[in-house]
Amino acid sequence: MIIGTAKESYRADEALLTTQPQRVWMAIFLAALVALPFALNDYWLYLACLVAINVTAATGLNILTGFTGLVSLGHAAFMAVGAYTVAWAETRLGTPFFINLIAGGLVAAAFGILVGLPSLRVKGLYLAIATIAASFILHFCFIHFDGITGGATGINVPPLSIFGIELATYFRLYWVIMPITAVMVLGAANLFRTRIGRAFIAIRDRDISAEVLGIPLLRYKLMSFSIASFYAGMAGGLWAYFFRVVTPESFPLLTSIFLLAAIIVGGMGAIIGGIAGAIFMTLAPELLRFGMEWISPLVPNAGALLSPVRTVVFGALIVGFLIFEPQGLAEIIQRIRRYFRLWPFRT
Amino acid sequence: MSGDLLFFIEISLAGLGSGALLALTALAFVLIYKATRVVNLAVSEVLMLGGYLFFAFAAGLGLSAWVALPLSILGGGLLGGIVERGVIRPMLGENPISVFMVTVGLGSILVGMAELIWGAEPKSLPAFISTTPLFLGEAYVSRKIAVAFVVAGVTISVFLALFRFWRGGVALRATATDQAAAYSCGINVPGVFSVAWIVGCATAAGAGVLLGAIGGISTTMGVFGLSALVVVIVGGLDSILGALIGGLALGLIQSWASTYLGGEYTSVVTFGLLIVAMMIRPYGLFGTHEIERL
Amino acid sequence: MPKSTTPSPHLVSAQDTWDAPAGLSVEDVTLRFGGIKALSGVTFSAQPGSITAVIGPNGAGKTSVFNCISGFYRPSSGRIMLDGQDVTRLRPPRRATLGMARSFQNIALFRGMTVLDNIKLGRHGHMKTNLLQAFFYAGPAAREEEALRREVEERIIDFLEIDHIRNMPVSVLSYGLQKRVELARALAMRPRILLLDEPVAGMNREETEDMARFILDVKEEWGVTILMVEHDMGLVMDISDHVTVLNFGQVIASGKPAEVQADPQVAAAYLGSGDPAALMKRLAAEGAT
Ligand SMILES: Nc1ncnc2c1ncn2[C@@H]1O[C@H](COP(=O)(O)OP(=O)(O)OP(=O)(O)O)[C@@H](O)[C@H]1O
Ligand SMILES: [Mg+2]
Repeated sequence: MIIGTAKESYRADEALLTTQPQRVWMAIFLAALVALPFALNDYWLYLACLVAINVTAATGLNILTGFTGLVSLGHAAFMAVGAYTVAWAETRLGTPFFINLIAGGLVAAAFGILVGLPSLRVKGLYLAIATIAASFILHFCFIHFDGITGGATGINVPPLSIFGIELATYFRLYWVIMPITAVMVLGAANLFRTRIGRAFIAIRDRDISAEVLGIPLLRYKLMSFSIASFYAGMAGGLWAYFFRVVTPESFPLLTSIFLLAAIIVGGMGAIIGGIAGAIFMTLAPELLRFGMEWISPLVPNAGALLSPVRTVVFGALIVGFLIFEPQGLAEIIQRIRRYFRLWPFRT
Repeated sequence: MSGDLLFFIEISLAGLGSGALLALTALAFVLIYKATRVVNLAVSEVLMLGGYLFFAFAAGLGLSAWVALPLSILGGGLLGGIVERGVIRPMLGENPISVFMVTVGLGSILVGMAELIWGAEPKSLPAFISTTPLFLGEAYVSRKIAVAFVVAGVTISVFLALFRFWRGGVALRATATDQAAAYSCGINVPGVFSVAWIVGCATAAGAGVLLGAIGGISTTMGVFGLSALVVVIVGGLDSILGALIGGLALGLIQSWASTYLGGEYTSVVTFGLLIVAMMIRPYGLFGTHEIERL
Repeated sequence: MPKSTTPSPHLVSAQDTWDAPAGLSVEDVTLRFGGIKALSGVTFSAQPGSITAVIGPNGAGKTSVFNCISGFYRPSSGRIMLDGQDVTRLRPPRRATLGMARSFQNIALFRGMTVLDNIKLGRHGHMKTNLLQAFFYAGPAAREEEALRREVEERIIDFLEIDHIRNMPVSVLSYGLQKRVELARALAMRPRILLLDEPVAGMNREETEDMARFILDVKEEWGVTILMVEHDMGLVMDISDHVTVLNFGQVIASGKPAEVQADPQVAAAYLGSGDPAALMKRLAAEGAT
């Protein structure tokens, strides 16, 4: 038996990080997150913020799709709802940042419950298609309820400011976006230590026997929808402050597919999967860009090829992971961890 | 006949024309679903590819349209066969959502490839259907739309008949009902899978040529497939009749909505309809309701 | 491995915190699927604190009765009474909170989860953690989880002798162990009545004997009413207080095990014809070996 599993109390055994090495790695990781902004240039900081926003959104989708088994192809629409709420509150009410953001999450959650209602009757793919339908209908509303949404031109968002300090640079935004992301991820991890998270997994694995255990299906499915949408709404709200403009085209169907791809690649039903997937899928196009720049002396008009190559690679990643590594990056990370066991702390 | 009524008839005829194309595309979804229980979203991109293949053969190689058309259809079928053997068969039995997402990924690959080869700008297909309009009584119909309607109608009727009377069609129905039982009756189930994918994708490619002839081709024309998906969900994923009726009905409704409400209303009406239909009959108007045993 | 210092927990199973066993009666229940009558006018009851077995040939409607009782099927007519309360119209989760637990004929565990998590799920309905507490794993949530862990470990895992597998995913376990985990999960619900659909199907003799012992212990020490469907006649005759026989959706006999065993109609149902007594003896012998 490896060390760290001989537990004195049940409480310790129920902790999030149960072994010493896990705790040390986590500390190193957090320290890296703190050090990051001092090491990165503006462009990479921009990417770091974008990654963080996508991690929040993907973690939300993972709760719904990975843990509860309800596939949504409309997650981007909830991000849009959050973004619009934030933009509207910021420009019309001038309420403080944090209130706007939470409001964005809550309004998105309310929409999530609405969109989740078909899960009362339909399952699986049908539900996925219902969520696509809902996102198209929302898109229509964004264009046509122009009193609130600013129609096709959308809403411009003023720079984020907290206590009168304007946070317009990526360096400053990082210090808002990254901690919020960390809290959201921690919250998701906590959720699955309690009865609520377990109920979600029960619904995913076998929804009939979940009922016998006293889990009301509809209530929990809607709860999962609302939590996922809350995450999307928070991510969308951060997105609005980050890009400073929200239009009906900001969150297309492709974004929903992107997020679903992120959790597939990362690993559905594992918290780390949402994180790894969002990082990987956000950075992969950048890596491709470097690749294309690198081969540009050899290949004429390599620049023009970038966009279609990204499209192909995006598709190939989805197909490849589903066929060869259905558990995603999370499984690969597990394997590496097993390989090194507790390296370097004990061997 | 009053002008209003005539106009109404004309837009309805146009709606039936595009409805026939929807039905044809829906047929591709249904064929593949019936045999393999896979909702193949890449049907949309195969449709797009059909249009581009026609463009390549007719405009690029300068072949006659009557050679280019069957070649494009064959190309679609070939692609379907390869995808089924290479990607889908190893995935059969996995959770349907994963397989669905594989087809989404395939779609993305196809779009990227088409953009790499032909560029992202929309193109128009060389004319192969005369542009002189047709008149039904007093009502004007674009000849292309009329041709599309006839072709789609004939194809679907042929499929309906095949399903009923031809051995292969019966094998497909048997496979759809119970794979294991079909196996034990000596039906070549993997063969049925291949044929369904080949024929389904060929149908989609053909629909793509017709659609391209009417409205031109672009790498984003696959969104048409989304409407066809709505048709199959409303009509029932495993019902050819549902595809036919659903396709025509949606074509009409879209045409009315875009004329009387405005073009931007088409998608809300389409998807609104989808949600309503789902809440009333989750397995489609003509689909089979599967009961879960405990 | 966590070890408790308390004495063997099932000896101290506190009747004061666990509710008294419930009585159940099925009254004139008819169930139709389209044209087929799966059940017609089925009436029987399970006395509080007893073991009642429902037997009958394949397709007799035993599982269908269970599905009516636990709320998956809505009877076309008739009533299901739990301790005098009509539960016919309640959804399954409501019945669970009234103290009804069940296991399935084709094991319905959550295959991806560990044994421990599966068992913990049984307590779901009795827990109170809300979303906000869960998000922050705040005081009450943490305390509740700890208490749950303690109870599951000390009352259930020890009792059913499954401590060696607690952290394994269910999917790697043998059939017999899976059935045991399903029982554990049902017990975690603190049931007042337990419905077991073929608890020993597919088990070897040793596993069957263990299961029989557990079922008896659950009845006697935990004070739970048990209703079970079982084909193993040896087990049925050994441990049940009362037997109800179904055939073609109808109750054809009901009574003490010995009475039912002697009933010619029952044997006829199993065989069609022949000498019933000899047959029942053979069945009993088969069950025992
Ligand atoms: N969901 C359903 N739809 C249609 N018919 C059903 C359904 N569930 C059960 N039946 C039918 O009801 C009858 C009784 O089935 P049931 O499963 O209750 O039998 P059983 O006594 O449990 O048999 P076994 O000993 O094989 O488990 C059978 O004829 C079965 O085909
Ligand atoms: Mg049964």
